[in-house]
Amino acid sequence: MTSPLETLLETRDWLLADGATGTNLFNMGLSSGEPPELWNVSEPAKITTLYKSAVDAGSDIFLTNSFGGNAARLKLHNAANRARELSRISAEIGRNVADRADHKVIVAGSVGPTGEIMAPLGQLTHELAVEIFHEQAEGLKEGGADVLWVETISAPEEYIAAAEAFALADMPWCGTMSFDTAGRTMMGVTSAAMVTMVEKLANPPLAFGANCGVGSSDLLRTIQGFAAQGTERPIIAKGNAGIPKYVDGHIHYDGTPELMADYALLARDSGARIIGGCCGTMPEHLRKMREALETQPKGEKPSLEEITSRLGAFSSASDGLGDDEPTSTRTNRRRRS
Amino acid sequence: MSDEDQDIILADLDDDELVQQMFDDLYDGLKEEIEEGVNILLSRDWPPYRVLTEALVGGMTIVGQDFRDGILFVPEVLLAANAMKGGMAILKPLLAETGAPRVGGMVIGTVKGDIHDIGKNLVGMMMEGAGFEVADIGINNSVESYLAAIEEHKPEILGMSALLTTTMPYMKVVIDTMIEQGIRDDYIILVGGAPLNEEFGKAIGADAYCRDAAVAVETAKEHVARKHNKAAAG
Repeated sequence: MTSPLETLLETRDWLLADGATGTNLFNMGLSSGEPPELWNVSEPAKITTLYKSAVDAGSDIFLTNSFGGNAARLKLHNAANRARELSRISAEIGRNVADRADHKVIVAGSVGPTGEIMAPLGQLTHELAVEIFHEQAEGLKEGGADVLWVETISAPEEYIAAAEAFALADMPWCGTMSFDTAGRTMMGVTSAAMVTMVEKLANPPLAFGANCGVGSSDLLRTIQGFAAQGTERPIIAKGNAGIPKYVDGHIHYDGTPELMADYALLARDSGARIIGGCCGTMPEHLRKMREALETQPKGEKPSLEEITSRLGAFSSASDGLGDDEPTSTRTNRRRRS
Repeated sequence: MSDEDQDIILADLDDDELVQQMFDDLYDGLKEEIEEGVNILLSRDWPPYRVLTEALVGGMTIVGQDFRDGILFVPEVLLAANAMKGGMAILKPLLAETGAPRVGGMVIGTVKGDIHDIGKNLVGMMMEGAGFEVADIGINNSVESYLAAIEEHKPEILGMSALLTTTMPYMKVVIDTMIEQGIRDDYIILVGGAPLNEEFGKAIGADAYCRDAAVAVETAKEHVARKHNKAAAG
């Protein structure tokens, strides 16, 4: 059976995803350090408002409030045993909003990282990671999510474990990684390496890409890195609305709606088909992004110089793919065999 | 690999060569080789503190620089830190016996609700490598647990990390509570984590934002020295 997201991708050149979850919930009174997922039960009206604000701003896809809804994360709040329930409810609220929307909207069940380091470097085994992701996947499926959506992943092993778990849940999925360290993920994965990994999976995602990280310029460089691999798979761009600043007791992102509209166009021109925001992206940003994508034609792939002149400088000179890689201060090394 | 790259006998190297080889072995995360190197240097009557600073800290400085410059990434640095830990385990009891100079103390922890502590662990290990006494209070720390830890350990430095935009404001909650209790200025507060930046660190009232573990060590040393100078002058 063709999933709703596939159908939508067949009929549209681009889709608008949603913006921030955390930033929006803070504005509704969530306190820092508290798990947003508990609000699925205690504040369902606010979660409805969150989803609806994205839908009303023109999003074709929104992510459920379940980013930290896995047992590994919830155990920090003594709620490890509620992973399936809280994930299910996040999707139920989403289903309700999507089914009443005036346009076709996809409910994407958000799955964030476990926060653990995977073996052999760390303690988390592949089997346990699959189990943790599978539990959450079943909850999101029960709640009526159209697609599962793993995001902000750094380690390839964790992405692979999520893929396996989603196969067990028999659900279509999308998955993005976060490229926040010199153009790579924290674990050193380049955009090109991610494409290779994705294409080797037994059950590859419907779409893949990048989210969060640092600034929208860096994110677009990553998107171009994906596209340069010649993949046919739809690419997702979900960048932050600028960088976080602390203003009057609140986190404020310095990216304006106009800047994010520009980012959306550049993302499409760079090869992304699913375009949204991440931290700091509010409904007013999404509205401008939608308007820009609808009113402006798709253009040529922008040069890196054009990206930086319109969106701001990169955080690192290189993204791990070019010839101008930084070289080690450690020279004349005698490597052991 | 050519033949001459293989079968390096650490004990056959002179001191300088051995230290250079240990830099390489730290870089490659070879724990057993580092332990062996530490033991050889000790057997050659190197004081433990010299082994620490010249061989281990020297090697980790290179690792830290290449991490900062985007040449090494977290997996390699974790392996290097693990190798250093092996060497440290040998040196620690000896350092305590020989009364090595104390650089300073640090309490470090990740704030409540955050996702992981990889960066914080790296900072802790690098700080230890630089000669600081580090009390690592782990993840998921509330204001109360930070305050209890600084009360217990009386460090010069409090380090906080956050990896998520949803948890980073909690650092301000901790600092504000310290201000309320009149103890803020008793500590050097360093903050770090992927979503942070210098401006954010300033805005929440931290002494400094450290973009990575190498910078954290440099910043910590600077601030501790400044604090000592102030105390001496005052």
